[in-house]
Amino acid sequence: MGIKLLLDKAHVEGIRSYEVYRREGGYRSVEKALKELGPEAIVEEVKKSGLRGRGGAGFPTGMKWSFIAKPEGVPRHLVCNADESEPGTFKDRYLMEFLPHLLIEGLIVSSYALGSNATYIYIRGEYAWIPDILEEAIAEAKANGWLGKNILGTGFDLEIYVQRGAGAYICGEETALIESLEGKRGNPRIKPPFPAVKGLWDRPTVVNNVETLAAVVPIINMGGEEYAKIGVGKSTGTKLISACGNINKPGVFEIDMTISVEEFIYSDEYCGGIRNGKRLKACIPGGSSVPILPANKLFKTAKGETRYMNYESLADGGFASGTMMGSGGFIVLDEDQSVVKHTYTLARFYRHESCGQCSPCREGTGWMEKILKRILEGKGKMSDIDLLWDIQRKIEGNTICPLGDAAAWPVAAAIRHFRDEFEWYVNNPELCLTSNYGLAHYADPLEVVTA
Amino acid sequence: MSEQQLFKVTIDNITIEVAPGTTILEAARKIGGEVAPPAMCYYSKLKGSGGKCRTCLVEVSKGSEKDPRPMPKLVASCRTTVMDGMEVKNITSERVVDARAGVVELLLINHPLDCPVCDQAGECHLQDLSYEHGNAGTRYEFQRRTFKKHDLGQYIQLHMTRCILCYRCVFTADQLTNKREHGVLDRGDHAQIATFIEKNLDNDFIGNVIDVCPVGALTDKTFRFKNRVWFLKPVNAHCDCPKCSGKVTLWYRGEEVFRVTARKDQWGEVEDWICNECRFDKKKTSDWVIEGPREISRQSVISLNHYVGMQKPKETFEAVMDGRKPRMFMDIHDVSEVNRPDVDLSLIDGPAHSDDFNKTNKKD
Repeated sequence: MGIKLLLDKAHVEGIRSYEVYRREGGYRSVEKALKELGPEAIVEEVKKSGLRGRGGAGFPTGMKWSFIAKPEGVPRHLVCNADESEPGTFKDRYLMEFLPHLLIEGLIVSSYALGSNATYIYIRGEYAWIPDILEEAIAEAKANGWLGKNILGTGFDLEIYVQRGAGAYICGEETALIESLEGKRGNPRIKPPFPAVKGLWDRPTVVNNVETLAAVVPIINMGGEEYAKIGVGKSTGTKLISACGNINKPGVFEIDMTISVEEFIYSDEYCGGIRNGKRLKACIPGGSSVPILPANKLFKTAKGETRYMNYESLADGGFASGTMMGSGGFIVLDEDQSVVKHTYTLARFYRHESCGQCSPCREGTGWMEKILKRILEGKGKMSDIDLLWDIQRKIEGNTICPLGDAAAWPVAAAIRHFRDEFEWYVNNPELCLTSNYGLAHYADPLEVVTA
Repeated sequence: MSEQQLFKVTIDNITIEVAPGTTILEAARKIGGEVAPPAMCYYSKLKGSGGKCRTCLVEVSKGSEKDPRPMPKLVASCRTTVMDGMEVKNITSERVVDARAGVVELLLINHPLDCPVCDQAGECHLQDLSYEHGNAGTRYEFQRRTFKKHDLGQYIQLHMTRCILCYRCVFTADQLTNKREHGVLDRGDHAQIATFIEKNLDNDFIGNVIDVCPVGALTDKTFRFKNRVWFLKPVNAHCDCPKCSGKVTLWYRGEEVFRVTARKDQWGEVEDWICNECRFDKKKTSDWVIEGPREISRQSVISLNHYVGMQKPKETFEAVMDGRKPRMFMDIHDVSEVNRPDVDLSLIDGPAHSDDFNKTNKKD
């Protein structure tokens, strides 16, 4: 069994309630942080822990916290990004639904460290039932003196507010989230200025993911140095992975980032192997926006070494032979799956979710979707594949926010690794509309995989 | 008082000194010519504009003197401030030229090339952009986005089909008027500029949204389809207006004032905002104090036939024909009712129709 820091108490009956959570040792980190450590010491502990943002970008959290501007007399804010909308990613939902007090505890410690007296949880609108759970937990915490005025007699005041989004993926991008929280249309802002200088209502603001803020609790409890001993290299601590697709045991798993990708897919502790005894075809390891990897590149790095479930190993070799850890939305495709069809589904999603603010993303995502649809329907041309490649290249890196990259990478990776499948669709239009998509042709490249 | 330290910035191998806080685009505009990146959404007079159209992307090959690392991605020059020692590549960068061609192709997906009928012909920034940075053809083969025409009240017509969502008009309405009446609905390629539930825009300064539109999406109902802009003579004029600066450009054809606009600088940006009354209601010469001809860049199609310092040849018809005037074989007014001298096109309500030529509506 791997180390569990966040989900270690998830199985305890009634852990969602304050009494049980407290009985199991909850809110210890708040006592330690407010009474023994000061704000600066907390930031130091987080820095020592090597915690990286769990929302997808993987930026060191302690460093992000240290960037926050501290002008005299200007309030600061912490915003919890719970707008988890990436296809394949559902780990934050699990945390908030089953361990709401863990998030509240992490928020109190982090707010104290950052000097925020008003902290916000911006939650995805589609998670309709979770705000009630969070608000109940906030009310319980407040009734027991962990929130409100003069917490633990330290003079620190804190209120936590839950704000529901209206169902836009783009509002998971931190500046679009801030705009939405301010009551405006959720369009990303152009950086700089960064939120750490000018964020919510033009005040210094830190935006962190749910899992990142929850991870602050074990960091304070065990100390940053101890936390950093878990994991490997710069991938310290544990990471929640939401696994789905054609696997035997879809779900949310906590891993310590030292296990191999192969072990994660095939061991009974985690995904439990490919469903129905099928063979693995491809995997998107970090949520739908990260590049897809074919099976023969998934288990070995560019240097031929074992690929592990951590930031560095997954990214090894760049996009030519690697991918990204991302948010940990682990999507597994078996041999029956059509990469072209999946790419079209993702393109449709990104087209729908583009905010429409900047030209390459607004127009390019729609164009890519139409071409992919045409190929999928057996009406594609060979030149369409090169055109798709060219369009994604024109979008990548040229947009205001990373949604452009997120829309471009899946298309680029699918063409890079599965070009022959695209060509098959073009060359066999009559078979494209059959139920099995004529995928038997793709059996050969899978032979190199040793399950 | 100590002198303000200036930052040295090199754009396309031309070095200039600018004040800290200046954007790359503004610095490039100081140099002028091709060094200045095109801008479809940036408008220096509008707070918060820029960064959206991505036509002004440039490559920063050296960040600054202190940190000479190049920036990994192309940056929007209209929203990136210069650093001391920064080196920027605009048209000298292959990446920029390639990306800009890509943006033009993407912008033209849902913007019809209907220049023969578009009222912005001659003043369209997208037309200039596609001519200078675009490709001859498009690879887009799907159906284009279309919209119904949207009436924004008495004076303004919105053709969403031509809109490139630069947001300039939204910023203008937000910043010049006292209530927010229009904005962007929907998202992605469904996004559209609209008033919420077909409202009218009736603010005193709302006419300025027509001037800021870089394409022909917003047009002046009192002028649209009355004449081509290159047939008109621009003249600077002013009046004593209690609401605005009263500094305008009158666009004449013959003795008629066809339209009134704010004065624009060399980058196509309005110098002073004008009110609706000056723009739409004062169409008589007697309403204005004429200052003189407005100078138009020789690069612009508007300058067609408006030559400065032109010396006519001495061998005119009259000279060669011993003082006899050339004989006109046909007077167009004898055979057609179009362009009757007793009809003032500028006074017709809406685009001219053949029925209009049966009426007489001479001014004064």
